[in-house]
Amino acid sequence: MSTNGSKLGVEVRLEQLRRVFAGVVALDELSLTLAPGELVALLGPSGCGKTTALRLVAGLDEVTSGKVLFGGTDVTTLGANKRDVGMVFQAYSLFPHMTARQNVAFGLQMRHVDEQARNRRSDEMLELVGLSGYADRFAHQLSGGQQQRVALARALAIQPKVLLLDEPLSALDAKVRGRLRDEIRRVQLEVGITTLFVTHDQEEALAIADRVGVMNKGRLEQLGPPTTIYSRPATPFVAEFVGLTNRMEGEVKGGEVIVRGTRLPLVRPDTPDGTAVALVRPEAVSLASDGDAGGGPLVGTVIAVAFLGATSRVTVDLGDMIVLAQMPTSQAAATPAGSRVSLTLRPDPVLIARDETAAAEA
Amino acid sequence: MTAAGNPAFNAAARPLGGGRRLPLTWLGVVPFFIYVGIFLLLPTAIILAGSLIGPDGSISLSNFEGINKPYMYKSFTNSIEISTISAVLGAIFGALLAYAVATGDPKGFLRRSVMSAAGVVAQFGGVTLTFAFVATIGTEGFVYLWLQQHGIEMYPNGVWFFDLPGLTLIYLYFQIPLMVLVFIPALDGIRPQWREATESLGGNAWHYWRYVAGPLLFPSFLGCTLLLFANAFSAYATAAALLTQGGVIAPLQVQALLTSETGSSAPGLAKALALAMVAVVLVVMSLYALLQRRTSQWLR
Amino acid sequence: MSRRRIRLQALRIAIFALAAAFFLVPIGAMFEFSTRGIGVASPRTLSAWAAIPSTPELATAITVSLELALITSLLMLGLLLPTMVWVRLRLPRLNRIVEFICLMPLTVPAIALVVGIKPLYIWISLNFTDSILTLSFAYLILVLPYAYRSLDAGLAAIDLKTLTEAARSLGAGWGTVMLRVVVPNMPAAILNASLLSASLVLGEYTFANLLNYENLQVAIQYVSLVSAGTSIAVAVASLLFAFVLLMILSFAGSRRRRGGRVVPAETPIAPVATVPPSLLAEGS
Repeated sequence: MSTNGSKLGVEVRLEQLRRVFAGVVALDELSLTLAPGELVALLGPSGCGKTTALRLVAGLDEVTSGKVLFGGTDVTTLGANKRDVGMVFQAYSLFPHMTARQNVAFGLQMRHVDEQARNRRSDEMLELVGLSGYADRFAHQLSGGQQQRVALARALAIQPKVLLLDEPLSALDAKVRGRLRDEIRRVQLEVGITTLFVTHDQEEALAIADRVGVMNKGRLEQLGPPTTIYSRPATPFVAEFVGLTNRMEGEVKGGEVIVRGTRLPLVRPDTPDGTAVALVRPEAVSLASDGDAGGGPLVGTVIAVAFLGATSRVTVDLGDMIVLAQMPTSQAAATPAGSRVSLTLRPDPVLIARDETAAAEA
Repeated sequence: MTAAGNPAFNAAARPLGGGRRLPLTWLGVVPFFIYVGIFLLLPTAIILAGSLIGPDGSISLSNFEGINKPYMYKSFTNSIEISTISAVLGAIFGALLAYAVATGDPKGFLRRSVMSAAGVVAQFGGVTLTFAFVATIGTEGFVYLWLQQHGIEMYPNGVWFFDLPGLTLIYLYFQIPLMVLVFIPALDGIRPQWREATESLGGNAWHYWRYVAGPLLFPSFLGCTLLLFANAFSAYATAAALLTQGGVIAPLQVQALLTSETGSSAPGLAKALALAMVAVVLVVMSLYALLQRRTSQWLR
Repeated sequence: MSRRRIRLQALRIAIFALAAAFFLVPIGAMFEFSTRGIGVASPRTLSAWAAIPSTPELATAITVSLELALITSLLMLGLLLPTMVWVRLRLPRLNRIVEFICLMPLTVPAIALVVGIKPLYIWISLNFTDSILTLSFAYLILVLPYAYRSLDAGLAAIDLKTLTEAARSLGAGWGTVMLRVVVPNMPAAILNASLLSASLVLGEYTFANLLNYENLQVAIQYVSLVSAGTSIAVAVASLLFAFVLLMILSFAGSRRRRGGRVVPAETPIAPVATVPPSLLAEGS
């Protein structure tokens, strides 16, 4: 985890946060500490509780139980307007009847900063997000990406203790999304503000965050640096949600799983023996041209090759199942659609899929 | 039509065989234009032309001089007065009701019922509506009698019900629902993010209404008030049924000129009066359209 | 936050209660009035209601108004819908003009329009027919703005161009396109436009009165001079009828709306380009 020597950042602590809506547990005992200046992404499918967590930190929703602390101060009972949080919403949050400058100045106006000072400050903030020339535009004169930059400037203008980002990129198209994502990270590092970022897009979370928390059904499944989340998922849910996996049936026996004749080590050697579904990453599958060798449990036909840039994804039909393999594009060229191939599974530790996901591990 | 939309539209339409047979394409809209030509544009032209033809058959403005009489003038000011009062009150109460509806479940039973009822009641007027109020607060009305039994006399200073104040009250019965119908879209356009953004930026409820929701809704509110004004100004049937005295408001003057002997002796006067009414409504509705355009830019 | 919600709920309840009182009491009072007996202490009676069918003016007027409503709705659909579809597909330049014309009746008060239309009706009744059903022609003008808005919303919700091109490419003629492609795809809007037109016609008084025709509203007024109870009973009935029409519309419309925007469910397994470059650079 990185701490960025921040001037602004404070520690943000969520202690056993719980939120129940009409008997439905939306958030179940979430505990999470953000170091000063750290950016933590909460990642999960819709309804996993990540947005609930964010809104509880913002003060836009009330906790059922648990605490929120900013720099050691309990803010749980404070209203949103007293918390000093900067918030960027999914979309359309700019006040449409105000210019970009007026939007950014709004929070300062609420704090009775005089007009000259707040205009100066908003111009600074607009410059920070790269929109100096756009101060007099209205929201409908700005593109979606520009609107979100203004929203970011507006959130930061009040020098908040915490920055909260609620899926700020999800309404944008792919190209803008990538650029703005990096821009947000740059600004966040520059300002050094502690940031909680909520998204359902794993690419975003892995790219931007110091640490990623994967959530499912109101619980935190795993919290760790992006590399750990991706390469050493702690639970089958994380393995399946982050990245692409092949679900392959196999036989667990003595701390190993045998998948179509290949022995693979288990992440959890204590898994009981029996039939199970192993989760195999496409990168762990490699292909070799098989000529006309015919049989074998790992021999099949390439039915599609998807070019993804530096890598390619090859779809192989084994007769009774489809397996995805991912490899450098140069290698994939050797196995065009229609060719017979044999598969090799790299013996990385694998997880076993379960219908019910395991308890949170951090 | 937008510049962006059209070329694509035209280009896409061409393969269907439009370009070659341009005259035939135009045939498709001929029935519509003939129809509105006869039943809408021609009558409008009759009003316009008739108002400019004097009693001696020459073109003159003499018909408009006929309007310049104290009782005509009074009927117009009466019309404007009750239209203004009923529009302002209708807009305020209607906006409150619309707010109560808009803050509920958008697919809920309550909202659907209120909107359906508003659709019926906003069109409601004339004899039926007058009956409803006569049966309620007329001197034999249900509420009047009930209050009387409890020692309250509704009309201590004389019955105002069959006069302009009564008409204004009755107009509220269709003005409020009309306001609900036309104002709800603006309220629906208010995004919850704006309140939350205001809160997270340190604003309270007062700040939200003063700086965000208020300024956002005001143009639409004003526009809808103008629409209500035009609606009341055009209304005829209710006044005809309620008011015992003729000619009190402008539409009743038109009626008098259409049906009475004096009217047939001065056919141009009715048209001049009608034209004057159209002019008032036209001005008001243009302002309404202008304000709506501003709002639609904000509250999509 | 929750205090705000409680305050809001209290406000809403108060507003709804007041609105219900203002709008329902007069209707209830009409019903009450229509069931009064003759004389001060006489018991409740439905005789005013029972007298409706035996009052010939009313029975005729009810039939006539229903016919007018039906004819106006059909005329509206037959004239307006094809024109709107055609303009959208082939003459988009005319879109604004058609819209302007359709909304024009909003700026011409009915009482003013009747001044201009009266010579026309005198001419029609002298040269063709003096049937009351000719009122439909004028009523179509009155319903134009409402019908236009409703159909406009319906057409905006479907991809008219693609649907039509698909049907045409499969060999459908324009008639088939209208009846078997356009109409079935916007039932709610068509129902909406028709019922709005019908309810407007059922409540129309100005034109009928000043053009000397006796439709329902005019008849109610005549009868009220003789028998207030009976005419009020008809008034309540017509009001409730209009309300039921719109209720049907509101619920049928929302149930039968189909082909709405489908929000794709989030897939738990995201597409592949998921490993961000920064991650690869950091290594593990």
